[in-house]
Amino acid sequence: MKKVDIFFTINGVKKTVSAHPMKRLLDLLREELELTGTKEGCGEGECGACSVFVEGKLVNSCLIPSLQVQGCEVKTIEGVADGEQLHRVQESFLKEGGAQCGICTPGMIMAAIALLEENSEPSYEEIQEGLAGNLCRCTGYTKIFTSVVKACQK
Amino acid sequence: MRAYLPAYDALTPDSLDHALELLDTHPEEYVPFAGGTDLMVLLDWGKLPRKKYLNIWNLSELKGIQEDESFISLGGLTTYTEIQASEVLQKEFPNLCQAARWSGAWAIQNRGTLGGNIANASPAADSSPALLSYGAELEIVSRSGVRRLPYSEFHTGYKEMRLEKNEIIRAILLPRSSVENCHHYYRKVGTRKAQAISKVCLAAFVKWEGNKIKECRIALGSVAPTVIRCPKSEEILTGKTLSRELKEEAKATLGQEISPIDDVRSTKDYRLEIAVNIFDEFLDELGGCKEG
Ligand SMILES: Cc1cc2nc3c(=O)[nH]c(=O)nc-3n(C[C@H](O)[C@H](O)[C@H](O)COP(=O)(O)OP(=O)(O)OC[C@H]3O[C@@H](n4cnc5c(N)ncnc54)[C@H](O)[C@@H]3O)c2cc1C
Ligand code: FES
Ligand code: FES
Repeated sequence: MKKVDIFFTINGVKKTVSAHPMKRLLDLLREELELTGTKEGCGEGECGACSVFVEGKLVNSCLIPSLQVQGCEVKTIEGVADGEQLHRVQESFLKEGGAQCGICTPGMIMAAIALLEENSEPSYEEIQEGLAGNLCRCTGYTKIFTSVVKACQK
Repeated sequence: MRAYLPAYDALTPDSLDHALELLDTHPEEYVPFAGGTDLMVLLDWGKLPRKKYLNIWNLSELKGIQEDESFISLGGLTTYTEIQASEVLQKEFPNLCQAARWSGAWAIQNRGTLGGNIANASPAADSSPALLSYGAELEIVSRSGVRRLPYSEFHTGYKEMRLEKNEIIRAILLPRSSVENCHHYYRKVGTRKAQAISKVCLAAFVKWEGNKIKECRIALGSVAPTVIRCPKSEEILTGKTLSRELKEEAKATLGQEISPIDDVRSTKDYRLEIAVNIFDEFLDELGGCKEG
C-alpha cells in the first residue's frame, strides 16, 4: 500500500503530509513534521510520553494511525505556549522542579492541561488519577503533583 | 519488532453500508478498526495480521447513547469517557461506569470503545462482567440485516465468539427496569487501578422483593477462558432470604463454577481465593442491606 495525503491542522496550522495510513501519529509528528517534543516511551499506550490532543481530547499518539487524524485538529507540546508566554502548567513545572530528565515531561504537561480543562480545582487524588497514564522514572511524582497543584493556584 | 508498514492497508469507508459491503465482499481481507487501543499494540509488537483495516472511528451510525422505555442503547463506538459522563448510565447501570473508570487511564478512555472491548474478546476485559451483570444484548449488523443476541451467548471459547467476519457490533443494549430495590457491585483486582489488566474482576446485580432476592446476576472476568456468568451461584441465591448458611453455600458453589489458570499476571490459587473473597465482600454488602 502506498502513501496517502493526510490533511490536518497541527498547532493551528493547516498541513498536508504524505504518509502511510498506518503510520503512527507519533512518527508523523517526529519524522515528517520535526515536532520532536512529543516523546516515545513504551510505544504501547502504557507510559503517556507520547500524549497529544486530537480534536481537543488527550490521546496516546503511539496508538493512532495517521489515517485517523485526517481532517482533525492536533495539538502537541509545541503548541501549548502562547508565543513566548509559557502555559501556566509549563511555568509551574519549571518553578517547582517537575522535570528531571524531561522525557515524561511533555506528556505529563499535556495530561495535566487536559485535567485542568476538565476540572479547574482537582483534589490531590484527582490529580493522581488524571495523571495515572503517565509514567516517570526520575521524580518520584511528588514534584510533578506539586507542579500541578501550584498551576491551579495561578 | 516493529511492523513493516507497506504490508498493511487502511481506508476510511464513507458509511456503515459501505463498510458492511467491503466486509461482505472481501471477508478475509478487511477488519474493522475502531479506537485502535488493542490493534495498535499488536502493530507495535509486529503481531498485527497483515490485513486491510477499515477505519470505522467516524461512522455516526455506530455512535451515541440512546434511550427508550425498555433499553439504553450504546453505539459500538461508545468510548469509556462517554460512558462515565452519561447520567442515565450512572443512575441505572453504575457497574458499567465503574468498569469504564478503571479501564486504562484517561488517554485510553478517550479512545477505547465498548464494541472494541467486546470483539477483542479478552477473558480479562473489564466492561464485559459489568455488561453480563445487567443482561446486556448485542445488536449485530451485516449486509444481510440486523440480528440480536444475548451477550451471555456471545463468547464461545478463548477468543472465539459468535461474530462473523462480515459483521459489525452496531450497538449494546441494556434492558431497563425500575431503579428501586437494586444492589450493584463491581470490583476489579489488579496491580493498580489504572492501566493494569485485571487479575480478577467481579460484577453483580441483585433486585430485591421484600427481603427476598428476586433477581440475581453474577459475572466474573479472568477466571475462565472467557468472561462468564455463574448460573449455579445465581440460582442458589434467587428467591431466597440471605442467611449465613446461604452465603456459605453460594461461596462454595462459586468456587466450583470458575476455572482460573496460572499466567504471567497471577496464579490459579490466588485467583480462586480472591474471586471467592470479593464474592464474600459482595454478599456482606448485600447482607448489610437486608439481614436481621
Ligand atoms: C495501556 C492500555 C490499557 C488498557 N487497559 C484496559 C483495561 O483496564 N481494561 C480493559 O478491558 N481493556 C484495557 N485495554 C484494552 C483496550 O483499551 C480495550 O479493549 C478497548 O475497549 C478496545 O477498544 P478499541 O476501540 O480501541 O478496539 P480496536 O483496537 O479498534 O479493536 C479491537 C478489536 O475489536 C474489533 N472491533 C472493534 N470495534 C468493533 C465493532 N464495532 N464491531 C466488530 N468488531 C469490532 C477490531 O476488529 C479488533 O479485532 C487497555 C489497552 C491499553 C493499550
Ligand atoms: S509511547 Fe505512547 S504511551 Fe508510551
Ligand atoms: S523526568 Fe525523567 S522520566 Fe520523568
